[in-house]
Amino acid sequence: MTPTVSAPRTRSGGALKLAIPRGALWDETLDALDRIGLDTAEMRGDSRSLIFNLDGVTLVTMRPSDVPTYVESGAADLGITGKDVLLEQRGDHIVYEILDLAYGACRMVLAGRKGDESMGESERRVGGMRIATKYPHIAERYFEETGRQAEVIEVKGSVELAPLAGLADGIVDLVATGRTLEENGLEIREEIAGSTARLVANRISHKLRAAEVDDLVERLRPEKP
Amino acid sequence: MIHPIPPGTRDILPDEMRELRALQATLVDLFEGYGYGQVATPTLEYDEVLQRGEGRSGVGAYRFFDERGELLALRSDMTIPIARLVATRFGDADPPHRFSYIGNAYRVVRPQRAQVRQFLHAGIELLGSPAPEGTAEILEILSVSLDAVGLNRAVLGLGDADLYRQLLTELGVEGEHRGRILDRLAEHNLVGLEMAVDEVEGLDAHGRETLLRLPGLRGGAEILEQARDLGGVAVERATQRLQQTYDQLVERGVAERVQLDLSLLRDLGYYTGAIVEVYDPALGHILGGGGRYDDLVGRFGRPMPAAGFGLYLERVHLAQMEEERLAREADG
Repeated sequence: MTPTVSAPRTRSGGALKLAIPRGALWDETLDALDRIGLDTAEMRGDSRSLIFNLDGVTLVTMRPSDVPTYVESGAADLGITGKDVLLEQRGDHIVYEILDLAYGACRMVLAGRKGDESMGESERRVGGMRIATKYPHIAERYFEETGRQAEVIEVKGSVELAPLAGLADGIVDLVATGRTLEENGLEIREEIAGSTARLVANRISHKLRAAEVDDLVERLRPEKP
Repeated sequence: MIHPIPPGTRDILPDEMRELRALQATLVDLFEGYGYGQVATPTLEYDEVLQRGEGRSGVGAYRFFDERGELLALRSDMTIPIARLVATRFGDADPPHRFSYIGNAYRVVRPQRAQVRQFLHAGIELLGSPAPEGTAEILEILSVSLDAVGLNRAVLGLGDADLYRQLLTELGVEGEHRGRILDRLAEHNLVGLEMAVDEVEGLDAHGRETLLRLPGLRGGAEILEQARDLGGVAVERATQRLQQTYDQLVERGVAERVQLDLSLLRDLGYYTGAIVEVYDPALGHILGGGGRYDDLVGRFGRPMPAAGFGLYLERVHLAQMEEERLAREADG
């Protein structure tokens, strides 16, 4: 394999391939598929399979952050992933963002320890704060856009640990209920962006399989509140 | 010893080279048969020449100073050098001019991505022939070329580069909002598009619906009718231009592989009117594209309508391989 040409995937026609995120969006995604008449009972069991064939749609399951990779290459025609993933990978993958599925709502926030002034003090006295995050691109872009300097430190595990252990002054992280922050004595200081589940499409599938894609989009389209 | 080469470049070994050479020979012969003589231009141009051609553009060229301090650039496509060539060397000759080319072009890549810095581009330029005849001629040759290299299933997406610029002007959307809407359309981010459209103050419900529904229209001639139902001068003009081109393609017998597509926007700044992209069902990436660039040669002092297309030969080659594999699998 050369590292210079994105690997093409053979697209044989047949069933549409939909990339499905395991993890936080899994249950609500299966609920959404049930609502459009696909029977996901088989997927809800403890099956270790990664690929499922349901009524004319092939579902391939993966980490949410892999969905744009599979969809960009055409290995999946469509995919479901969080807006947070799309924001973090912005520009890395060319996929069409075609529908807001409205579920999986959460917020990207800047948080610090309750009552702690170290973010402000670092800004004043050493020119920038230290921020730990699993979303370095979102964090860097946010501080750039708001005209502030920050040292963004990428961590892979529990990000709440960083300000408690003294690695960072604050964190940028995804918050659904806010309970994890609360339990660790952290509080939200600023809201960066909202996120919900999004339907994305491969650009060639969106054109060459237009009727099937549009049909699926209309069935998945959430009712306006 | 391992001696690396820069990311985004590659060595080509004999087996692949043999196949690429056959592909090139097929295309050059075909282009010559239609009267498109092959030209070659330097890999290096003065940066000023490329800038003059590009106008506003997101495509980056590699730039550097030579030993005299002149700012040079590696060509980032083949169309601008050919526009320069025509204006400079064919100043007295009567158009139309027909040229073909095969050569490497270079673009800066974003780090850590599997993007190529160097790509082999083959195509034609028809200078001095207006829409719709000129457009139809190059699309017919594009269609014949795809058949000649075995991509019988390939599809041509045909859209209009001026549609949204003119529509936004008609709707009175200017400044920041205009830029944001065009960016979302270029990314094909329909969720972001709806948000950007809803931020525009004073846009009526009808204007909103037009902006949100147009990018979803792609298919046969029926979508022109659906677009016209949305109304407005910009839509009427664009659909008329597309209809005229489409009618010519019907006459030339290539309309069947054309998908009309009102979501199309290309990333180069010089396109006007018809734009085209090439897809093959076996590959998740576009194989090439082109369109009309009626203002480009004028930027070099010799105004004339023009159109062309270019194919990314390495991707065409990949698509050939995938199609052959599919055919083998189908045969069992």
